[in-house]
Amino acid sequence: MDLQIALLLGQDGIVNGAIYALLALALVLVFAVTRVIFIPQGEFVAYGALTLAAFEAGKTPGTLWLLLGAGVLVALIDTVIAVRGGNPGRIKRIVLWDLALPAAIAGLVLWLEPATLPLAAKVALSLAIVVPLGPMIYRLAYQPLAEASVLVLLIVSVAVHIALVGLGLLFFGAEGSRTTPFSEAQFNVGTLTVNGQTLWVLGASCVLIVALYLFFGRTLYGKALRATAINRVGARLMGISTTLAGKLSFTLAAGIGALSGILIAPITTVYYDTGFLIGLKGFVAAIIAGLVSYPLAAAGAILVGLLESFSSFWASAFKEVIVFTLIIPVLVWRSLTSHHVEEEE
Amino acid sequence: MSTPILEIRDLCVSYGKVEALHHINLKVAAGQIVTVIGPNGAGKTTMLSAIMGLLPSKGEIEFQGEVQRDIEVEHLVAMGMTLVPEKRALFGEMSVEDNLLLGAFMRYRAGDRDQGKTMDQVFGTFPRLKERRAQLAGTLSGGERQMLAVGRALMAKPKLLMLDEPSLGLAPLIVREIFHIIADLKKTGVAILLVEQNARAALQIADYGYVLETGSVALEGESRALADDPRVVETYLGLGGKKQ
Repeated sequence: MDLQIALLLGQDGIVNGAIYALLALALVLVFAVTRVIFIPQGEFVAYGALTLAAFEAGKTPGTLWLLLGAGVLVALIDTVIAVRGGNPGRIKRIVLWDLALPAAIAGLVLWLEPATLPLAAKVALSLAIVVPLGPMIYRLAYQPLAEASVLVLLIVSVAVHIALVGLGLLFFGAEGSRTTPFSEAQFNVGTLTVNGQTLWVLGASCVLIVALYLFFGRTLYGKALRATAINRVGARLMGISTTLAGKLSFTLAAGIGALSGILIAPITTVYYDTGFLIGLKGFVAAIIAGLVSYPLAAAGAILVGLLESFSSFWASAFKEVIVFTLIIPVLVWRSLTSHHVEEEE
Repeated sequence: MSTPILEIRDLCVSYGKVEALHHINLKVAAGQIVTVIGPNGAGKTTMLSAIMGLLPSKGEIEFQGEVQRDIEVEHLVAMGMTLVPEKRALFGEMSVEDNLLLGAFMRYRAGDRDQGKTMDQVFGTFPRLKERRAQLAGTLSGGERQMLAVGRALMAKPKLLMLDEPSLGLAPLIVREIFHIIADLKKTGVAILLVEQNARAALQIADYGYVLETGSVALEGESRALADDPRVVETYLGLGGKKQ
């Protein structure tokens, strides 16, 4: 291996690491707030990428029908609960968020002919379709079980993951897709060639991480999510409902996932089930951080990315094995150094 | 008693098959301090949790003249009920200031933007919190933590403040300070439901009192009358009660 190959591998590793970092942050966020180990995180990556690819191919993405269907389901359930509980005042919000919003997005998609629109508009439409699925999935799958144990929530996660992968196959077929790069530019730094999409991935990841940092540090809603993670009962007593916190964190996770997918779609071919593996690597990074620390999760993700790219050079057949084996020494080290703390509740 | 802000009729709470609270009736009038005293395990904390909607219960809870059918914590907080729980439930890894800001979360959601002013009032009541505003809540002393818990609850501008054992685990001097502040809070018009094991201190500042024993109301009355009641004196005040 000479320097040039090492630089190339390093570049690859950091780009992938940046995506894993985003996913790891989303996983830590969702777990801290809702105690859900969010296995379906990767499906949002695939949905984001493939929805954009469908627009480029001039097709109507199947995720649009999923959005409409999930919206109707959520609206039905919540309306029944609102009427039974004697809160008909809530129906207005339900109609607005679960019926009117998806219908408006569907109207836009069908009316605008997205294939003719500029890339930025296609990206915006893809996000508009995929992101609202986050809170809807929380409503349907997790909210009724909000007080259940971590294990039960994990089992639900597996079920949601399998359902979403199956739907992905139905919507997008078994063929993979690649989208056009955001930028065709190429830069030569010494002997290394850096292409524009690489910079887009790194830049967008950095912007997103800074935005998340500001959201949690400066805004009251961000602080409310942190408060829920620290002390659930205390947060409820402030009026921060478990449902609100859950929906908000799932919206963020869906947004991060979909955006990650859109960023990597020009670099790698994305299949309906690609997300799972990407999500799992984000999960390895999140485990390195003990599912609590955001900076450690980001650092762990870069480590996972580098390890992956270098092992694909040295032992490409064992690339995944090496990455996932990393979890064993990490768990040993974690179990030796950290001690169990009883929750104060 | 004038019009009650909180009225509880026939409240029962069960943990599985075991009934922990039996047919509790209780009233808190606007602007009054009402105390519930009783020994460990009498069901005091259970009662507060049920009123606040943290535990499922049977019976009727009327808050501000409105019977609460589908009791939800968030709804009650929005209506002006707050609870300072026994364990304080602070956000330890966040600053004192952030803890206070989150106390006003429901008002922020409703569109109020006067949190700065409310915080100044809270700092007026608890000057110590102002000195420590940038410090993490988890690093505060026991007394300061209790002050922060009460201050955070006040940020919601509550109509009814429920305090669960504010004296628990605090040094006697701090307890006196906290009770002074509670007595002062009454002047701001907030009704207070004070649950305490420290019966003497509670009865001194309260207008009305209930004695809870093994899940039922054993006695109730004006707090002065209650403090002179031989049964209360014997069980809860001891001989020292007569001196005061």
